[in-house]
Amino acid sequence: MVSFLRFLINGISLGSVYAIIALGYTMVYGIAKMLNFAHGDVIMVGAYIAFCAISYLALPPLVAILCAMAVCTVLGIIIEGLAYRPLRQASKLAVLITAIGVSYLLQNSALLIWSPNPKVFPTVLDFGSIRLFGGDLVITSQAIITIVANIIIMLGLTAFTGKTKMGKAMRAVSEDKGAAELMGINVNRTISVTFAIGSALAAIAGVLLCSAYPTLQPTTGSMPGIKAFTAAVFGGIGSIPGAMIGGLLLGIIEILGKAYISTELGDAIVFAVLIVVLLFKPAGLLGKPMREKV
Amino acid sequence: MKLKKSTVNNIIAYGLVIVAFIVCQLSLNAGTMSRSLKGQMIPICVYIVMAVSLNLVVGISGELSLGHAGFMSVGAYSGAIISAWLLEGLHIESAIVRLILSMLSGGVFAGLAGVLIGVPVLRLRGDYLAIVTLAFGEIIRSVMNCLYFSIDSGRLHVSFNNPSLPGKLLVNGPAGAKVVEKLATFPMGFALILFTLFVVLNMINSRSGRAIMATRDNRIAAEAMGINVTKYKMMAFVTAAVLAGMAGALYGLSFSTVDPAKFKFDTSILVLVFVVLGGIGNIWGSIIAATLLTVLPELLRAFSDYRMLVYAIVLILVMLATNNPIIRSLFDRLVRPRRTASNTQRGGASE
Repeated sequence: MVSFLRFLINGISLGSVYAIIALGYTMVYGIAKMLNFAHGDVIMVGAYIAFCAISYLALPPLVAILCAMAVCTVLGIIIEGLAYRPLRQASKLAVLITAIGVSYLLQNSALLIWSPNPKVFPTVLDFGSIRLFGGDLVITSQAIITIVANIIIMLGLTAFTGKTKMGKAMRAVSEDKGAAELMGINVNRTISVTFAIGSALAAIAGVLLCSAYPTLQPTTGSMPGIKAFTAAVFGGIGSIPGAMIGGLLLGIIEILGKAYISTELGDAIVFAVLIVVLLFKPAGLLGKPMREKV
Repeated sequence: MKLKKSTVNNIIAYGLVIVAFIVCQLSLNAGTMSRSLKGQMIPICVYIVMAVSLNLVVGISGELSLGHAGFMSVGAYSGAIISAWLLEGLHIESAIVRLILSMLSGGVFAGLAGVLIGVPVLRLRGDYLAIVTLAFGEIIRSVMNCLYFSIDSGRLHVSFNNPSLPGKLLVNGPAGAKVVEKLATFPMGFALILFTLFVVLNMINSRSGRAIMATRDNRIAAEAMGINVTKYKMMAFVTAAVLAGMAGALYGLSFSTVDPAKFKFDTSILVLVFVVLGGIGNIWGSIIAATLLTVLPELLRAFSDYRMLVYAIVLILVMLATNNPIIRSLFDRLVRPRRTASNTQRGGASE
């Protein structure tokens, strides 16, 4: 029972990281209708920036995270402006391939700058841990911070999209780009802001991910990126609470699957659950079903 | 004698491929080809077949598939296992017979996987279908990571997550499959290209091909015309899987070991890049793009460390340029004055 609780907490903590990454995917998909495959690599860049800030510049962790967020925000805006904006009218597949190109570009730049040797990410979020059940159940501060960060981000984003002018503009653009433009919304700027927020979240996710799994390589971001993307689809892509639920469930399923069924098959179980869910709810858990018109 | 236009086009097509093969074979024999290029001949054939078969799904049938490497890996594994079994179980000495039988079995097993995956997947639409094919590709890879096969005096043993099997281990979990003998040859790769072209071109110009394209262009209208949408989508999907499996078997048999890491998500994406850069729905484009982009990293060897970076930049720039309205209209006017005539074969998952 205690071991189950331990796995559950690990799962929630991993799931929180997935949820934060998935939020970036889902917001970008909702507004630009594109699968941003480079998102996973933005995570990696964020983690590297934080790593450099802490190891080489000896900055305090919080400042390092802010640095990473700033760099990733700028990176997100640049990527969107240079690579995706010219393709606004192009086919979906063209944008997808460009996103893959950007992903290769980021990975290979990281390979040149930071070399392929894995770096050990410093422990930045260790403030001791909570022990329950006479020391059997240890909850690390790192897990607590990840979960709390996730809840804060979730509440913040919900408030942002619901209450602020920019958030409302985002929802309008995701609903109907043309109509939003007619209402005087600057569509290009709204999309830029969405990329900026998504990339800043990716930086946070990168730091959280690497504090839990401290090996940092240029390919660190790709697998969590793919999984977070499945999490976004799982919860219904385009929906913020959906990304949250999808991410958490995926993390829990992955850890429990690895613990109780098979370590090697952990990934396969995650993807199999995704397929089963999509067969019964083709638009994801919280997604709106598409109406088909003739 | 008057031939149909499609027949004439196909004959020209086969002719061009045969000429390309003869040129390559001559330069191989004359020894003018560099060693690195020589090593690329079989991968080029394999990637051409992969690209053409994926184009059948993405371009002709209009479904975005991100798990094509999964079928390739099924083919490679079954090819490696069957070729060992043919040698030690059935004592077939002739290398060419073993190669052909291994490739056929690779195709059969990949086709079975295609049926298994196609049934649930093809009920979904658009991006959801893409993500599920991605998921299947990853599942196949994870399963292969804990698959063990061994051969003991001609009998095959299989187990899951348990490496202690009698006899010689053929498939060793994450370490991959051992290939007993590298059977793959360049002429066989060429024959596979011809076979693929024969299947795909005939399919496109047949009643089924028209039904598949009608489904792609407008599902509802096609359904109203009495076309069994699922059946034709399955037909395209499974055919592509079989061809990818055969290519995978050939690919696997050109190495001494095949490990699951060779068939990562990146491989599926690589093939998709060939298809999109070559032009979705355009079989010729796929062949040319697959050839150039397989050779490109080799040609960029001079840049050594920077070559993948250059590759990425080239990829992005080509996508930006081909989708730029000004460059596009210029290109259309220069290269394709009769674009409307060839419009019937274009389109694809972009809509």
